[in-house]
Amino acid sequence: MHEFGLAVSMVDLAVEAARKEGAERIEAIHVEIGALAGVVPEALEFAFGGAREGTMAAHARLEVTYLPAIAYCATCQSEFELDNRFGIAVCPRCDTPSADLRQGREMHVSHLEVT
Amino acid sequence: MAGTALTRDVRVSGHGTVETPGARVVQVQKSLMRHNDAVAVANRAAFANCLVLNLVSSPGSGKTALLERTVRDLAGELRMAVVVGDLETDNDAVRIHAAGAPSVQIVTGTVCHLEAEMVARAVDQLDLDGLDVLVIENVGNLVCPASWDLGEDVRVTLLSVTEGEDKPLKYPRIFKDSHAIVINKVDIAQVVGFDRAQALANVHRVTPAAQVFELSARTGEGMAPWRAFLRERLATKRG
Ligand SMILES: Nc1nc2c(ncn2[C@@H]2O[C@H](COP(=O)(O)OP(=O)(O)OP(=O)(O)O)[C@@H](O)[C@H]2O)c(=O)[nH]1
Ligand SMILES: [Mg+2]
Ligand SMILES: [Zn+2]
Repeated sequence: MHEFGLAVSMVDLAVEAARKEGAERIEAIHVEIGALAGVVPEALEFAFGGAREGTMAAHARLEVTYLPAIAYCATCQSEFELDNRFGIAVCPRCDTPSADLRQGREMHVSHLEVT
Repeated sequence: MAGTALTRDVRVSGHGTVETPGARVVQVQKSLMRHNDAVAVANRAAFANCLVLNLVSSPGSGKTALLERTVRDLAGELRMAVVVGDLETDNDAVRIHAAGAPSVQIVTGTVCHLEAEMVARAVDQLDLDGLDVLVIENVGNLVCPASWDLGEDVRVTLLSVTEGEDKPLKYPRIFKDSHAIVINKVDIAQVVGFDRAQALANVHRVTPAAQVFELSARTGEGMAPWRAFLRERLATKRG
C-alpha cells in the first residue's frame, strides 16, 4: 500500500499552507478520505506518525473525515449511498445500476488548525 | 423522492470538532494526489495524437498475453508500443518486443502501482509521434493503481475466469473507473466452472457503463470486438 507516500504529501501540503499563513505550529490536519479511495485509515495514521517528524506538524493531530460513496440515480433524480463494502451501485429505490459516482474517491486536506 | 438527505460524512478519528484553544483555522482544500494529477495532465498533452490505454489486473490475469496477441494481430495496421510496469524483471518487455512492438520496462521495486512521473520518464524513450496506440501495462494489483491517473484515455481492467465471479465486488473502485472490462481465458471457462452470467451481473452492478469483452488471449477467440474497440477509440480521439 501507498499510505506512507500519501502521509508525506499530506504533511507537505499542510506545511506549505501553514507557512503561507505565517503560522508557527500545526496543531491539527483535517483530511477527507472517500470510501472508495483505497486508503486504510489506520495505515494512514501510522504513516502520519513518521511523516510528521521533524516538521512544524511534529505534534499535530490527524483528523480523518470518512466520506461514504454516493451515486446519482438518473431515473429517480436522487442520490443514494453505495453499499460501502462492495461498491454495488444499484439504486435501492428502482434497482437501476448507476455509473454516476458523486462522492467516494476523495483524498484531500480540507483545513488545518495552526498557532 | 428527490432531495432525500443523506449523511455525507462520518468522523472516524481525532478529537471531533473540538479545536485547539487559541488555534486558528487555515483552509487548504487540496488533493493528496495533486502532484501526480499535474504530471498526468502534462502526459495527456504529450499523448495528443495517440490513443493511450492503462491496462490493470491482478497478477497473472493475462495482460501481457493480451498485448502480445493484440500487437501481432494489428501488425501493419496500427503502430503500437507498450510501457510495462513490474516489481521485478524485464520479462514482460522482452515478450512484447518479441511480438513486434517497441516496449519500455519500468521496474518499480517495491512500488505497487505506476505513477504519472514514471510513465513520463519511460515514454521519453519512445517516438510518440510515430504511434497510433500506446498501452501502459500497470503492475499486477487491483487496489493501488486505481488512484493514480497516468494521463491515459481509456482505463481497461482485465479479469480472468480463474479468479472468481466476485472480483468486481471486492475491488469496486478500479472497476468503476474503467471504460472497458476484459474477461480473459474464456478457453478454460468450462474447466474451472466459471459462472459467466454471475460474473457479467457483478460487473454490471458495479460499473454499468463499461464495455465488456470476453476473449482468450491464448486461442484468439473473441479478439475481433476488442480490436474494433481500439480502432474506434483511436478514430474518436483523432476526430
Ligand atoms: N488458458 C489461458 N491462459 C492464459 C490466457 N492468457 C494468459 N494466460 C496464461 O496466464 C499466465 C499469465 O499471463 P501473463 O500474460 O503473464 O499475465 P500478466 O497479467 O501479464 O501477469 P503480470 O504481469 O505478472 O501481472 C501465463 O501462463 C499465460 O500463458 C488465456 O487466454 N487462456
Ligand atoms: Mg505482465
Ligand atoms: Zn433510482
